[in-house]
Amino acid sequence: MSETLAIVLAAVVAGTPLLYAALGELITERAGILNLGVEGMMVIGAIAGFAAVYYSGNLWLGVLAAGASGGLLALAFGVLAISLRVNHVAAGLALTIFGISLGSYVGKPLVGQSLSLSEVQLSGGLTSLPLIGPLFREVHPLIWLSWLVFAGIWFFLARSRAGLVLRSVGESTASADALGYPVMRIQYLATVFGGVMAGVAGVFISVVYTSIWTEGIVAGRGWIAVALVIFATWRPGRCLVGAYLFGGMTMAELLGQVIGLGVPTELLSATPYLATVIVLVLISRKDSTMRLSVPASLGKSLDIKG
Amino acid sequence: MPFRFEARPAPSRKVFWLSPLFAVALSSLVAMAIFALSGLAPVASLILFVTDPVSSLYGVGELLIKAAPLVLIAVGLAIGFRANVWNIGGEGQIIMGVIFSGALALHFGDSGSWLVLPGMVLLGILGGCLWAAIPALLRIHFRANEILTSLMLNYVAHFGLIFLVHGPWRDPAGFNFPQSKPLGEAALFPILIEGTRANISILFAPLAVVLAWLLLKRSFLGFQLQARGVSQNAAQYAGFRADRAILVGMLCGGAAAGLAGVAEIGGPLGQIYPTVTPGYGYAAIIVAFLGRLHPVGILFAGLLMALLYLSGDTAQMSLGLPPAIAGVIQATLLFFLLSTEVLVNYRIRRARELSAARAMA
Repeated sequence: MSETLAIVLAAVVAGTPLLYAALGELITERAGILNLGVEGMMVIGAIAGFAAVYYSGNLWLGVLAAGASGGLLALAFGVLAISLRVNHVAAGLALTIFGISLGSYVGKPLVGQSLSLSEVQLSGGLTSLPLIGPLFREVHPLIWLSWLVFAGIWFFLARSRAGLVLRSVGESTASADALGYPVMRIQYLATVFGGVMAGVAGVFISVVYTSIWTEGIVAGRGWIAVALVIFATWRPGRCLVGAYLFGGMTMAELLGQVIGLGVPTELLSATPYLATVIVLVLISRKDSTMRLSVPASLGKSLDIKG
Repeated sequence: MPFRFEARPAPSRKVFWLSPLFAVALSSLVAMAIFALSGLAPVASLILFVTDPVSSLYGVGELLIKAAPLVLIAVGLAIGFRANVWNIGGEGQIIMGVIFSGALALHFGDSGSWLVLPGMVLLGILGGCLWAAIPALLRIHFRANEILTSLMLNYVAHFGLIFLVHGPWRDPAGFNFPQSKPLGEAALFPILIEGTRANISILFAPLAVVLAWLLLKRSFLGFQLQARGVSQNAAQYAGFRADRAILVGMLCGGAAAGLAGVAEIGGPLGQIYPTVTPGYGYAAIIVAFLGRLHPVGILFAGLLMALLYLSGDTAQMSLGLPPAIAGVIQATLLFFLLSTEVLVNYRIRRARELSAARAMA
């Protein structure tokens, strides 16, 4: 494999957790729910998935555990934000703090443990398939899956009736309610979907990307994913590009260390976070872009009717 | 659904202040459940969990030096939260307070001058304010979401501090550990209570409570800030300047966090480590909400949260549980508090009663 391809592939690997988490959050936000708990859900997905793979050796059990636990946390968030009308920002922060502490509590016995999986095990058994097996050798099945999910979400939002309903809920919760759509049920589904995706993003980091459990493994990627949704102006296509751009940034950081730019590594490590700030500034600068893109009812709960 | 929410004519003050107690009770149940699942006696463990840390004078001192930064930062953040300004960057602002005041402390700590401490305090506040001003200005001029920018800057500040303690600030006599040399006598706050580590810097917290109370309850600026929190449109219509509210809201948090950073290195730490803050910037968010964004409420919430931090150590030493249990219970507390908040504005009625009431009306 050529070197350029290797670098591109590495950027895709680094960008995949961002893509999963950002696509999930995009769906949640398109339904008008601002869930800032992505980081917490990713941490829980990461530990639940890691533990499942650690004890079973089966990748798909890990994905299942991660998705389920992320979805469960999102459900808890939904109860707060959708049913109990708690301020979305406060509830999301609570979820993040909860996820991070719970992750470090339940993950304590596994700290420093690494997964020793064979290539076939790491691919969830797919590399041993006839004919299509080699497809999964260079590109992990979860990366293929992320492209499938991306295509599905694009179709859902842009071409399907259900997607139109979801978008109408996010644009005007009250109008969608008046039209008789089950607003709260749609918002719950969108929120739980976001949680499942964040969980899968987490297991990708802990199992595929690092294969070792340490605290702080998610390292703000959940927050970067939230920023990515804004960068993408709530469009899936731009999410894909943005995720890989950020993935590439992580690679640039490693590359900078290898070729020795003379810049201290700690300062290079700060680049993805600084870049996020800069990107946010660039995209938010134009008021009209933001006002046209942001779901108009984002972060506002439906009023309680008696 | 057999039960429905019904809007109260006016928010209930009683529920507003009782719900934190309710949240504490529910969280205690969760804690007992965790103990039971870990094979421990639930009630006895809970009692040990919350009383063991403060069973000695030394323990009370530890409680105070943990509560002080939490209260200080939470009071600062709450001013912003009340104005709908979401400063999540407390962690980075603490670190900048440490970096700014640490530079002075490392150079003049051995000078014996009484000017070092006041200088550290001023520089620490300046550092925290500068770091908080970045998201504020980006918000004002470019509408960049301050939640995300302030949070990202936490990581940047963290890596900056790691760079300093691994490089220029590393103690040559420190066996290559990433930490600074111990700060000189002149850079340390005098002890307030003999027999404990509690130093005079803990007094910043009650001072901040008083100042914040005056700002919020007795000043026009405070009124303008809170007006923005209730309704941004109304505040704008009244001619209150949004950019000033954002700047003041962010800077209050930044100043408090920077000062808390000074108190950490000039107090219990006495040295600069990469981990100068055990997540105070995030925990203070819980404290602020738990204290109902009210300075006096925050004082009590800070003491409770500090107790839970110490309980984490008890859990590890006496109960054999990971200390992160403290964080789990802290976050659970916030969850329950937020979920009981709905009862401030709504009351629960049986669906049948409600429709009957409707029919009458």
